[in-house]
Amino acid sequence: MAENEAKLVCKSVWKLFGPGAEAALANNRGMSMSDLQSAGLIGAVRDVSLEVSDGEIFVIMGLSGSGKSTLVRCMSRLIEPTAGEILFEGTDLLKASAAEMIEIRRHRMGMVFQHFALLPHLTVLGNVAFPLEVQGIARGERERRAREIVELVGLQGRENYYPRELSGGQQQRVGIARSLAVEPELWFLDEPFSALDPLIRREMQDEFLRLQKLLQKSIVFITHDFDEAIRLADRIAIMKDGAVDQVGTPEDLVIRPATDYVAEFTRDVSRAKVLSVRAIMAPPPKRPPRGGYAGEVPASAKISDIANDLNGADRAFAVTDATGKTVGQLTRDDVIAILMQG
Amino acid sequence: MTDIPTSTDPSLKEEPVPRRFFQRPLVMIWCAALAAAVTFATFAEPYAPWAFKYPRAWRLELYFDGKFIELKNWISKVVDWLISDASFGLFTFTELTRGVSWIMERPYILAKSLLSTGFLEGQGSAAIQILPPLSWIAVIVIIVAMARFARDRKLAALVGACFLYLALFNQWSSAMVTLSSIVIAVPFGVAGGLLIGIAAHRSRIVKMIVSPVLDLMQTVPVFAYLVPILVLFGFGPVSAIIATIIYAMPPMVRITMLALKQVPGEIIDLGNMVGCTRRQMTWRVMVPSAMSSLMIGVNQVIMLSLNMVIIASMIGAGGLGYDVLASLRRLDIGAGIEAGVGIVVLAIALDRLSQAFASREPSEHREERPSALWRRFPYTAVCLAVVLATGILGLFWGWAQAWPAAWSITTGDFWSELVKYININFFDELETFKNALLLNVLIPFKRFLIAIPWPVAMALLGLAGYSLGGWRLGVLCALLCLFVASVGLWSKAMVTVYLCGISVMFACLIGIPVGIAAAERERVWRVVRVVIDTLQTLPSFVYLMPVVMLFRVGDFTAMIAVVAYALAPAVRYTAHGIRQVDPQLLEAGVVSGCTPGQLLRKIKLKLALPEIMLGINQTIMLALSMLVITALVGTRELGQEVYIALTKADIGRGLVAGFCVAFIAIIADRLITAGAQRARARLGLQ
Repeated sequence: MAENEAKLVCKSVWKLFGPGAEAALANNRGMSMSDLQSAGLIGAVRDVSLEVSDGEIFVIMGLSGSGKSTLVRCMSRLIEPTAGEILFEGTDLLKASAAEMIEIRRHRMGMVFQHFALLPHLTVLGNVAFPLEVQGIARGERERRAREIVELVGLQGRENYYPRELSGGQQQRVGIARSLAVEPELWFLDEPFSALDPLIRREMQDEFLRLQKLLQKSIVFITHDFDEAIRLADRIAIMKDGAVDQVGTPEDLVIRPATDYVAEFTRDVSRAKVLSVRAIMAPPPKRPPRGGYAGEVPASAKISDIANDLNGADRAFAVTDATGKTVGQLTRDDVIAILMQG
Repeated sequence: MTDIPTSTDPSLKEEPVPRRFFQRPLVMIWCAALAAAVTFATFAEPYAPWAFKYPRAWRLELYFDGKFIELKNWISKVVDWLISDASFGLFTFTELTRGVSWIMERPYILAKSLLSTGFLEGQGSAAIQILPPLSWIAVIVIIVAMARFARDRKLAALVGACFLYLALFNQWSSAMVTLSSIVIAVPFGVAGGLLIGIAAHRSRIVKMIVSPVLDLMQTVPVFAYLVPILVLFGFGPVSAIIATIIYAMPPMVRITMLALKQVPGEIIDLGNMVGCTRRQMTWRVMVPSAMSSLMIGVNQVIMLSLNMVIIASMIGAGGLGYDVLASLRRLDIGAGIEAGVGIVVLAIALDRLSQAFASREPSEHREERPSALWRRFPYTAVCLAVVLATGILGLFWGWAQAWPAAWSITTGDFWSELVKYININFFDELETFKNALLLNVLIPFKRFLIAIPWPVAMALLGLAGYSLGGWRLGVLCALLCLFVASVGLWSKAMVTVYLCGISVMFACLIGIPVGIAAAERERVWRVVRVVIDTLQTLPSFVYLMPVVMLFRVGDFTAMIAVVAYALAPAVRYTAHGIRQVDPQLLEAGVVSGCTPGQLLRKIKLKLALPEIMLGINQTIMLALSMLVITALVGTRELGQEVYIALTKADIGRGLVAGFCVAFIAIIADRLITAGAQRARARLGLQ
């Protein structure tokens, strides 16, 4: 897995609604909210630039009306952006013809929807096999592949059920299975768990992480739930009024919020769950402390995961990096200070 | 410069004084306009006689073959030209229409052979039956199996009983002729409606063309286009089927457009994301997702086709419709009612059956498909077996093939006697009632309407349009009004407005209170719903017969029939409007200490107002369509004009009068819809 290889790149993407949007934007590429307002336009997506790396879970987080759904639809060109470039593995999607777009969507993209978008007249198997049916794959072959994926999402035995016979969680499993049926490289999930009960939502998040560990897709995940974002994301983009306020790892956002708006979100987040040992460790002393270290903790571990180990230790722990080299030290008091912040 | 605050300073702005009712600009304009109208109507006749009788010289004339002629003659001339001279090079226009009717005739002959005549060889009376038609037992078994498949045993029993009725009362053979034309008209209507609806959904241009055409198709009375169809397609069952399709298709188009629009955006996104082509998007994603709404359209097409049964028999459809029409002409009430009830029974059976199919959920999942064909399709298997068995049995025993006449019963005499009894014993009471209403309500209202000069009506309608929906609506109303005057049908149109108005008034006086009562009590609602469901299933002619028998011909009879026919929507929309008021608002009312009466007046009726207005709108539309039929009982209005044109086969005259009826309907519809929309916007129900 090459970490830094960009799968999808958005370069100053705009989506404006209203008459004469394109002309207005051509005149002034740096339109502010007030510029838009006086031109009678609605800026759903404003000058968004970001990169989604190969194999990463990229979460776009924002409250309703922040433009996150419009942005993800611009990325898949379900909505035509007003300006900008969308590079999918280096080729600009906005220059692709309708037929090319159909090919790309058929084989390389998958999408999961907030309200599942299952076809009511098809069974679970029929729904999962639907993208393959559209491609004209023969019935036996597509059902065989659909069965494999149904099993992958844990719905075996329900192949012949109709969507209305399933619970919300099960329906979304069908939605997920369907989006995976074509083995996409790029996987869009548009608030996939927002319509589910909190308990089911949690279960589905675990399921999602399990699948991702197995499949290693490049993922764009939309949510309005900051806790969900932190739980799932490798990196998060926070959107407000159509623009991206900050892009960073959960830890970045908590430690270095770029705007007051981001700070507002991160204020109530449990720091121990987000911060890694590396973020709070002290530099290693020249000589190991008297009596040696109480033990070792990896630098990448989350505080909440190691808090128990440090409990009761009166000496500092050595912090080691991936190669086992000591890069810092951590005391019980440092951890308690973080835990006390909530 | 001093620091005197300017008028833009917000602190100095005057508080807007709430204006009194009479000081609002629109109210003042209206008062002035009405005063001017009354003055004009009273005093202007000597000075402006043209306003009271539209001058012949001002009539709308169009150019044809070297000179200007009146619109109705122009239409007739154009159609004549189409028939005799128009040609597309390879074939003439007439050959085209005859070709279409030949194509339509093939499936009809097949259906009729199957259900009614059997498969014949040879022509006319020399024909020999090669294969018998389906036996009555087979038809009943098939229809019962469909009902059982679509819903449950209760429905199967109802549908079976309906068809048994047809056999028992000796209506079987007519009913099968009717059924075979329905069986052909409905698929054409549904498929045509679906395709046009899809095209209109896809393309803005198609939609712009289709919408006004639909408006016209739904408001021009059927009689008006019977003549052109007759001329173009000839007399016979095929023409009747074509007329039926034209009449029954518009709701399917509208429902298709609406259903496709209502497909959730996510489903469409899904279709795009899996890479559907346009065709796949339409047929694999949108149409299946909209299926349950589309089935409502199918139900509508079936019901409207049945509604046309009697009218279609005027241009050559046989069957139950012809029986009713013939007995109506003979004034044989017993036979007429029996055949009429036959149509009703057929309508109820097909209505419930198609509704069951519409609301049918996809079947529960099945674990494994059984391998044997007959086990996988048990209903089809049973039906096929019965068809074969009765076919073979029928060769030996006649009763298995055709319902034996000896088993039939008739109630014809009973109905005739009943009407005779009422007419003899209650003649005076009925007559007094009729005359009192005629003299005190109907005739004064008629005189009042006829006295309105056409420019005044035009101006007032334009003003109404302007104040409800802006200047576009105002201009539209005024222009449509001018059209009616300019084809020389103003006074007849006013009689139509009078009959329609008075009927709608009575329908509302009865319907709205019933609707309120039904909304307040669940038990009343259950009874009322069955009644109005049945009322809406009845073909319009059925209303006419008993009323004519009791009150003979004339305006009053027409009014009663129209009220009966148009009552249902007034009840339904009122009840629906009140029942859908947000329960939280009612709780808020109760908590604030409203009495039940206050709750009704101050909350429920206020909020249900837009819905009630739409109900009145529907009532007007139904009333207008019924009015044309009541022309048969001798009213002197546009309907009569259409009917006369029908009997004289005068295409232009019928169409022009038909357009006038349509325009009246469109004016009423647009004004009320605009009013309802305003009321809705004011209440924040958008």
